Amino acid sequence: MDYNLLIGGSAGQGIDTLVTLLEKVLQRSSYYLFSNKDYMSRVRGGHNFSQIRFGTKTVHGHKNALDVIVAFDEKTVTEHLPRLKKGGKVVLDHSLKEDVKIPEGQSIYLPLKEGAKDLGNPKVFSVVLLGALINALDLDLKIGKKVIENTFEDKILEVNHKALIKGFEMDLESWNLEKPENTDQRIKINSNQGIALGALAAGVTLYSAYPMTPSTSIMDFLAANQKKAKIVVEQAEDEIAAINLAIGASYAGIRAMTGTSGGGFSLMTEALGLAAITETPLVVANVQRPGPATGFPTRTEQSDLSFILTASHGEIPRMVTSIRTGEEAFYKTANAFNLSEKYQTLVILLNDQYLADANQTIKPYDFSKVSIERHIAEEKDLPEGDYQRYRFTEEGISPRIIPGKIPGKTLLADSDEHNENGNITESAEMRIKMMDKRMKKLKALEKEVEEPWFMGTDNPEILLVGWGSTYGTLRETVEILQEEGHSIGALSFGDVYPLPKKTLEEKTKGAKKVINVEQNYTGQLAKLIRQETGITFDHSILKYDGRQIALEELIESVKEVL
Amino acid sequence: MDQKNIFDCSEEKAWCPGCGNHGLLEGIKQTLQELGKEPHEVVVASGIGQAAKLPHYINANGFNGLHGRSIPPALGIKIANRELTVIIHSGDGDSYGEGGNHFLHNVRRNVDISHFVHDNQIYGLTKGQASPTTRQGHVTGIQTEGVHLQPFNPIATAISLGCGFVARTFMGDKEHMVETMKAAVNHRGYALVDIFQPCVVFNKINTFKWYKDHVYKLEEDYDPTDKIAAFQKSLEFDDGIPIGIIYKEEKPAFLDTIEFLKDEKPLVDRDLDPKNAEMFMDEFY
Ligand SMILES: Cc1ncc(C[n+]2csc(CCOP(=O)(O)OP(=O)(O)O)c2C)c(N)n1
Ligand code: SF4
Ligand SMILES: [Mg+2]
Repeated sequence: MDYNLLIGGSAGQGIDTLVTLLEKVLQRSSYYLFSNKDYMSRVRGGHNFSQIRFGTKTVHGHKNALDVIVAFDEKTVTEHLPRLKKGGKVVLDHSLKEDVKIPEGQSIYLPLKEGAKDLGNPKVFSVVLLGALINALDLDLKIGKKVIENTFEDKILEVNHKALIKGFEMDLESWNLEKPENTDQRIKINSNQGIALGALAAGVTLYSAYPMTPSTSIMDFLAANQKKAKIVVEQAEDEIAAINLAIGASYAGIRAMTGTSGGGFSLMTEALGLAAITETPLVVANVQRPGPATGFPTRTEQSDLSFILTASHGEIPRMVTSIRTGEEAFYKTANAFNLSEKYQTLVILLNDQYLADANQTIKPYDFSKVSIERHIAEEKDLPEGDYQRYRFTEEGISPRIIPGKIPGKTLLADSDEHNENGNITESAEMRIKMMDKRMKKLKALEKEVEEPWFMGTDNPEILLVGWGSTYGTLRETVEILQEEGHSIGALSFGDVYPLPKKTLEEKTKGAKKVINVEQNYTGQLAKLIRQETGITFDHSILKYDGRQIALEELIESVKEVL
Repeated sequence: MDQKNIFDCSEEKAWCPGCGNHGLLEGIKQTLQELGKEPHEVVVASGIGQAAKLPHYINANGFNGLHGRSIPPALGIKIANRELTVIIHSGDGDSYGEGGNHFLHNVRRNVDISHFVHDNQIYGLTKGQASPTTRQGHVTGIQTEGVHLQPFNPIATAISLGCGFVARTFMGDKEHMVETMKAAVNHRGYALVDIFQPCVVFNKINTFKWYKDHVYKLEEDYDPTDKIAAFQKSLEFDDGIPIGIIYKEEKPAFLDTIEFLKDEKPLVDRDLDPKNAEMFMDEFY
């Protein structure tokens, strides 16, 4: 079973409240869900909606075809009615009856406003609606009550309780949904929260950032927990300060991180080079939105990959990894800290608005799977005499100490080209040695990167290739087309740089058609693959309208090129 | 030179002979020695410029970062380990021009660091362009008709933003400079010291002699806690420039304002354990 419900209205009408509460009820009723948000860059008015797709098995992405539209206004109906399935329903308030045209038998008008008014608080509208939906979806009212209790307090709780009952008693006819069998406990989380939790697990002690949608929710979550975690979450005066602050903190020995979106990342580029040449470990998250400049602040795109691969003047080693699911957001972030310290290097996490705002039910994170590996040298590891921060060693990584810990030992980090002591040098020979030492980290990182996930027919004729947030939709597309008898598979890249090549080379060899699927204009992963391996693509499915490709869209686009 | 200083460093200095930076370097080494600091307890942070080369010439920890970005790493260092003595040495261009935004907001943030600005009223490293503190009319290779912009007044700016320690000194008066530096390092909070440092090559107007003739020490009975009087002082320049601690006010430093960190050991000494974070997952069930 797989059910798709859209809730829409204008900003400030309370759709977020309903979405949050309903998602919680569905989660606690053991449904798997994936919900995504489409919202405008405004605080009031406009048209916003969320789609909640839920079912009795894991749902990996969003779909277009709707089973139910819950409309807070007329616009929601006109905008989304074309996507409503035959037999689908529209739930809305009585007062909208005059304004909308809905095919016979598909509308459910409810006295929601009236109900809220009767209770003396028009704001409880959303909860009246929740009560009605709980009934229609055959969910347990007790779970609904519990969710309300966890959300509200005192007087507000009381009136919301009444609102819930009021909606429930409107007694909608049941929509006869299948019940989930698997009742394993799950968490419901979005990938930005997963990143934040991963950072906490890894021992992040300072997060400095400047607010920028859609990255801000990382900072929100860390800030909300800063007191309990006893960490510093600092809103910097700009992104340049944010990243330089994190670099200073990391130099001094704590785990530090910064996060932003494209515009802020642009401002950070000079400091990426600083982290690299000073060999300071650093984790940076870029939660992408469509650019350039201010672009589409609240929408999605995968268009910063090419930029990020070369961001910073000069040549520097770096690892770039993209997030495919809320689950891996956690583990990847925690691991990013270990790799950044092991190789004294920059690790960039790429996320995007789609996944950052998508709630997914997943297996709870296993904190015992997270390890903390600091790679900080102690006195006994060091040769006698003056400490050299950039000493040449056989393994290529210089033992790193932190300031203040070893009497008699000091370290000098330098943004100029430097010698082993960290002192400025103009020597050609030293320049070559230092460049070689830094750039060699790429070779070591090649051994660390994870091969892309493969799904589908073993040696497929058609091979789709994507990265990051398109994973879920790629996976479902392949499953459906396989069922239809096609020989099809997909590779979904998480780690993108250094590019893992083995699986790619294996799978492309036998494929008749290789197609890249990306949320950008220029096919940035395809470019990287061509650059690194010479492999070219027969077709590209590219989307750059700020909206994530839906399951039906991808299936159709693939069929067009079959 | 006095007796051997533990902060001495054998690295060859790339500054011009006669440059004010030499004396300034001796001043900070003397300051730290007299304050009883050990090299490993001190971090000298800087940006890029002539002044910003100082971390290379002192036996202490150093972080020589980007042009204009001397302040943010210094904050990060102090936040990570409050036991370190963190000082910044950077130029007037680095501190007030390229890094102006950090300067403004760090006064507000009030992290416990000292910021020593080598103010030569010129861009030394890039060969003599105007800096924010270059006076109007000063002719340079770029400002061929003389500087049009009004000069930036770091002292007045810092006071107006509520800086808890604002001072000015001249490297030509070593005793005064060292006393001022000591007071700055001992101040709990962000301390700004603007230090006149002649550039013998690119600033032929504000020479050693010019500074010597123009500066005067604050009167014995000057009260550095009177903000209005301090502001008035900060406006004096062409007819004599006051040196000394112009404004001082005790206020909680950044880390002391974070209630839950107040009595904690330095962040860097914390034991990290992923399990400690597991409770933050609770809200997602
Ligand atoms: C982003 C950036 N812009 C410009 C420069 C070039 N630059 C280096 S130092 C400097 C000015 C130095 O002036 P100041 O800070 O007053 O230091 P001084 O050399 O006078 O001590 C400039 C413009 C640079 N290194 N980085
Ligand atoms: S150019 Fe000026 S500031 Fe730079 S070293 Fe020479 S004298 Fe000093
Ligand atoms: Mg200067």
